[in-house]
Formats: sequence, C-alpha cells, structure tokens
Amino acid sequence: MARASEQLPGDRSILAAEGVSKRFGALRVLEQVDFAVAAGEAVGIVGPNGAGKTTLLNVLAGAYAASAGTVRFRGANVTSSGAAERCRLGLARSHQVPRPFGGMTVFENTLVAASAGGGLRGATACERALDSLELCGMLRLANRRAESLGLLDRKRLELARALATGPTVLLLDEIGGGLTDAEADELVGAILGLRERGIALVWIEHLVHVLVRVVTRLVCMDAGRIIADGAPEAVMADAAVIDAYLGQGVA
Amino acid sequence: MIWLNQVIQGVLLGGYYALIACGLSFMFGVMRVINLAHGDLGILAAFLVWAIVEHSGMSPFLALAIVLPLMGALGWLMQRAMLERSLRAGVLVPLLTTFGLAIVIQNLLFEQFGADTRSLAPAIGDLAFDSWSLGSQIYIGKLAGLIFAVAVVLLGGLQLFLARTGLGRAIRAVAEDPDTAELVGVDSRTVYAAAAAIAVMTVAVGGTFLGMRATFAPYAGPAQLIFAFEAVVIGGIGSMWGTLAGGVALGIAQNLGAQIAPNGFLIAGHAVFLAVLGARVAAGERGLRALFGRAA
Repeated sequence: MARASEQLPGDRSILAAEGVSKRFGALRVLEQVDFAVAAGEAVGIVGPNGAGKTTLLNVLAGAYAASAGTVRFRGANVTSSGAAERCRLGLARSHQVPRPFGGMTVFENTLVAASAGGGLRGATACERALDSLELCGMLRLANRRAESLGLLDRKRLELARALATGPTVLLLDEIGGGLTDAEADELVGAILGLRERGIALVWIEHLVHVLVRVVTRLVCMDAGRIIADGAPEAVMADAAVIDAYLGQGVA
Repeated sequence: MIWLNQVIQGVLLGGYYALIACGLSFMFGVMRVINLAHGDLGILAAFLVWAIVEHSGMSPFLALAIVLPLMGALGWLMQRAMLERSLRAGVLVPLLTTFGLAIVIQNLLFEQFGADTRSLAPAIGDLAFDSWSLGSQIYIGKLAGLIFAVAVVLLGGLQLFLARTGLGRAIRAVAEDPDTAELVGVDSRTVYAAAAAIAVMTVAVGGTFLGMRATFAPYAGPAQLIFAFEAVVIGGIGSMWGTLAGGVALGIAQNLGAQIAPNGFLIAGHAVFLAVLGARVAAGERGLRALFGRAA
C-alpha cells in the first residue's frame, strides 16, 4: 500500500491532517489519520458506512475539533481555527444533505458566501456569486427561494455556494448521492469545471464510477483509518479495500 | 365617530408597541433567545436620556443620539459576555440569565434614581400635548403621530437592512442555520453580537418615547415586556411588518376595550393575545411555524 507521505512531500501539500484522531465519548471515529492534498489535486475518498469519511471532512473543515493531531492549511496550523476562519482562508465544504438557506433566494445564498467567505464587497461579490451560479448551471434559478428547489438543484446550489467563497480546496461530501446517472453526469461536468480552475478537491462518494471520472487519486478508509491510498485502479484492486468495501469473503 | 377615534388612537399606540417589540422579535428570530430584560433595557435608556436632559438641559432627541451608541455597545457586551455563554448551556439558561439581568437593571436603577416616577414630557414642550384636529371629534397627537412614523421608518429600515446589506444577509443566514453559515465564512459570534446591539438600540428608542408619552419608574420594564411580547405573538416572530401589525392589533384592541368598559384597556389586549396564541396552537404545526418564522 502506498502512503500519502511518500507521494506528497510536505512542502507540496496545501491541506494536511497529521496524526488526526476524533473521539465522541468512548467512540473512536478517526484513529491517527495522516492525509494530505496537493494544490490542484483531486482526491476521492471511499469506504464503507461508518468508516469515518464524513468525520474526516468535518475535522478538516473545522466543523469538529480534532481530539488529537494537527490540521495544516496553506502552511498554517489551523487546528484550533473555527470553520468560518478556515473558510475565509480558502477551505470550503459541501454537505451530503444540502443545507441551503431556505428563506433566501438562490442568488442571496451565493452572495452571503462571496461576501463572508470570499471577503468581497459590492459589485465584486455579486460578480463572484453570479459566476459561481453560472458554473453550476443555476443562473436561471437565481431569484428562486432556495427552499423551493428540488434535490439536484439543491446540490448544485450547495456546490455553487461553496464555490462562491473562493476556495483553493473544496471538500465534497457525497454530492452525487441520490441522483440519477444523468443528473450525476451533469454534476460531474460542473465539478470538472472546478478542476480546470485549479481548485483542489477532496470528494467522498459511494458512486465510484462517478468519482473516477474526476479524481486522480483514491483513498480508502475503514474503521477510522486509511487502509489504501494511490491511483484509483490500484486502490480498487487492493485486497484490503475489496475486503472492507464489499465485506469479508467476497474477495 | 368615537369608535373611529379609538381605532385611530389604537393604530398610533400600536406604533409604540411595535417599537418596543421589534428588538424582542429580532433577538428571538436570530438567536432564539427570549430576552426577559428587554423592557428593562428600554427603561434604562429612558433613565439615561432623562439624566442627560436633567444635567445639560438638552433636547431628549439629542440625548437619545448620545444614548443610542451606548445602548448598542451594551447589547454587544451583553451578547458576548453573557448570552453567548448561556446559549451553549441550552435554551432554558438564556431565559434565566436575562431574567437575572432584568432584576439587576431594575435594582441598579432604583439605587441610582430612587422610586420616583419620571417623565420626559416636560422636556419636549408643546410636542407632548399638541395635536392635529381631523373633524370635530378626532384629534391626532403630534407625539403619537411622530412615534408611529418613527416605528414605520425603523421597522422598514430594519427590513431593508436585512434584505439588502451584507451584514443583513449574514444575520439571516445565521438565523436559519448557524453551522452552515460558519462553513461559508460567516463569523456567527460577531453576527449575534451585532444583532443584539441592534435589538437593544431599537428598544432604547422605544423606552425614550415611553418617557415622552407617559411616565416611567425603575420597575416599569416588565409591563413593557408584556406589551412587546403580546405584539410579537400576535404579529409572528421574525417579520418586521408582522410586528407592526401585531402592535397595531394590540393597540386597537386595548383602545376599543377601554371604550367598552373603564378597565377594559388591558383586559382586551390580553384577550386578543390569548385568542391569537390559542388559534396558533390550535392550527398545529402550521400556526406555530407562522409564529416562530424566520428572521426576514
């Protein structure tokens, strides 16, 4: 199994978790996880339910404080920084179940992100908000109240709002879940657009066939640890991964 | 004609109720805190204005301009030093801390100013009793008209502020979902403190107008809190125009009640409040959602 540290010397990584653990009471959800992303890189995270994928994303984004270990972002130790501060530094996150500000319009949702997270004002903030909506195919719905949107559009808005903060790293949590193949295809188109802009991605997804169209590296987690890390084909062929992912005996 | 006059006076009185209610509604809508010290903060502002007027002889309106930023700072401090900590301990603790704050404010005012009732009416000259005459039986007090106009401008301004400004949108985002707001870069602690500052400044305006149209004393806060609370429940939480409508409904009910029976003023107000609350509860989830609506 290839380790992230061998592929990514510390100076190249833009976001890194070093020896990160997370416990909820007696429950150990993350155990000494080392994980790093290089600038512009797209990494997929797979693993069975309860592997700790979403918790890792939350610790990276600052929604949860790590019980142990260090989180570095753009060279700074951000372990004790809150989510808002990390967002303003350029780290954005989308939720598995989209959480739009329902009482606001689609445009206002992205405008809040552009001004609070992106630190922009006035016309520049509006431009960023509209640009993000356009990239995610949401411009035509800009004046709709967010609570009236269907699932695909909510997911698009979730992506556009994260994008409006002007991230250098974007953390995506199962953004393809619950969508039909055609819908997921559309979303992949938007996400590929983000890659072209040089935004690094960390993407949790159960739909591996969707994931591998975007990412160049795959990480597999199980029981709070990283059990494989490397090229997608190599990771998917890894015996430990097949064991964890499909259940014992299948391999 | 007498009835029409009572309705008009009720509408104008509703402007005052909306002024004291909007901050209460705002804090609940954004922070989910029912500030039991809300009325006492208004009385505190009235005393501060009164003290400045007594010592300098300046106009109460000018004194209010000095007191407003002080009350804003107090609101900010109250949130950062007190409510922020209590909010972490659940929904009941802020209720207790603001109740405690109310008692502290009342007794500090009593210590400082004694039990005498005061009024700002002498300091505003003719404005206190001048009126416009509409026909033979209807008079509109200039002060009541001014209070109503200020209420409309203030509530409209707040609504516009929430809809159009960056801070306003951040307040709405935090009111809806503080965790997600943090994830898009909104510093919810600062937003909460700003919302508290705004709420306390609005009740400072209300308290000062109370001092002009009537009298006040150190323990007058809770009565104002009840009127504010009734206006909020009738109008629904979070919507500024709803608060104005609630205040107006309360004012009309009280004035019509007073016309029916000499002691009907308060009873009619309470009755309308209870009827609306009962209807909202009876309407189930939909009625309660209308009551606990969003910040904008």
